[in-house]
Amino acid sequence: MAKQRVKFTFPQELIKEPVIHELGKSFNLITNIRRADVTEDRGWVILELEGELDEIERGVQWVASKGVRVDPVQGDVVEG
Amino acid sequence: MSYAKALHCRECGREYPLQPSHVCEFCFGPLEVTYDYDAQRKAVSRRSIESGPLSLWRYRDLLPCDADRAVDLNAGFTPLLRARNLGEALGLSQLYIKNDCTNPTWSFKDRVVAVASTKALEFGFDTLACASTGNLANSVAAHASRAGIKAYVFVPSNLESGKLVGSAVYGATLVAVDGAYDDVNRLCSELADKYPWAFVNINVRPYYAEGSKTLAYEVAEQLGWRAPDHCIVPMASGSLLTKIGKGLDEMAKLWLLDSVQTKISGAQALGCSPIVTAWQAGTLNIRPVKPNTIAKSLAIGNPADGYYALKVIGDSGGSAVASDDDEIVDGIKLLAESEGIFAETAGGVVIAGLKRLVESGRVDRDELVVAFITGAGLKTQEAVVDKINKALHIAPTVASFEEAIAQRGGAIAGNQGTR
Repeated sequence: MAKQRVKFTFPQELIKEPVIHELGKSFNLITNIRRADVTEDRGWVILELEGELDEIERGVQWVASKGVRVDPVQGDVVEG
Repeated sequence: MSYAKALHCRECGREYPLQPSHVCEFCFGPLEVTYDYDAQRKAVSRRSIESGPLSLWRYRDLLPCDADRAVDLNAGFTPLLRARNLGEALGLSQLYIKNDCTNPTWSFKDRVVAVASTKALEFGFDTLACASTGNLANSVAAHASRAGIKAYVFVPSNLESGKLVGSAVYGATLVAVDGAYDDVNRLCSELADKYPWAFVNINVRPYYAEGSKTLAYEVAEQLGWRAPDHCIVPMASGSLLTKIGKGLDEMAKLWLLDSVQTKISGAQALGCSPIVTAWQAGTLNIRPVKPNTIAKSLAIGNPADGYYALKVIGDSGGSAVASDDDEIVDGIKLLAESEGIFAETAGGVVIAGLKRLVESGRVDRDELVVAFITGAGLKTQEAVVDKINKALHIAPTVASFEEAIAQRGGAIAGNQGTR
């Protein structure tokens, strides 16, 4: 089992979609939310994903393909 | 000695021992170094600082590492210059330039990497790492070389080859990563989890970031132990701005300054301005963006400290401002032509932003203003190469010279007298 910490930033049109629920169910991942700020027009969620490494990678790709921005929890790592 | 006490979560307040860690295990909030200020107050005085070396290590007691074993390239204690010509051009009566172009690898990153690499050795690491498009990579490679340890430097594969030289020359292992900017971010986060490296802006980030405070200490000391009225700071992750605020606050806390009422304003390039956009919208919620600007050293689309930078700006009474690429180039040229300082694009962002702030009345014309110029222009010459006067090509005769000047439409300058 592997773990990955990520930040999801949701566009307005996906705020009402149960993306995290579907991620857990479809890829057999445990989704553990640690911090979040969601309003009616925007939202971000910081969470830990736990499961098989391949499934985490596939799951994160699926989330990104839905239009959710996926980042490391510490923000951009590449600096000037 | 270091008076660092603990790592403190900026979100939930939990404390952790001083270790190579950057994220709270409970809420995944960022960690920051805290100090024993009572002990520091007894040990540190203006005189004790003034008797120290002419480098950032004169503030050794205010940093989170053991300066007796510092990785020392003599970073810091850079010039603070009174900028009368630029001040006149912008309409400011007391403008100063903090010129960090003079650091060992020509940018302020030497401050943060000096602290990070010193702490990395304390923690027993034998390898430094970073992901960068320029200044940070140069500094990490140089400090690893000075410390006699290895360095892995990750860069996006589409980076101009000229930018690689300043890292490769120090013997670092350069790794060019194929893929989009976000892919490089993700890969480096995974590598930092997997390998026992001191990844300067990941697992030792809390210590790394503290190096930026020395900019604030120096400015206050160089002004004769007083805080500026207004600071203009470039923003990428937002960390530098927050640490300038923290540095000034600490000086007041340690009775090194009588009072601090400094407004702190942040400048970004319009093509990557998530912090300014949030400021203008009146929210603390940063929306990540895809960078598209010539100011590549500030091109952080998802700024780790953006939220905290917004709070410092708001609490201090400062402002946030963005300038487009043409204004940035104009800013570089104005600084060079008026004060003889050739800054990289981030410096152009600061000068262009300052101009806007003055014009909109957000910087008072009589304030004592310090503009932070964080990197030298020789690294980003492509930004201005097509926007400056071309050389006059002449035959080796006086007549040819005079003809060329006349063709450009000017008179030949020169006079000797008493100024």
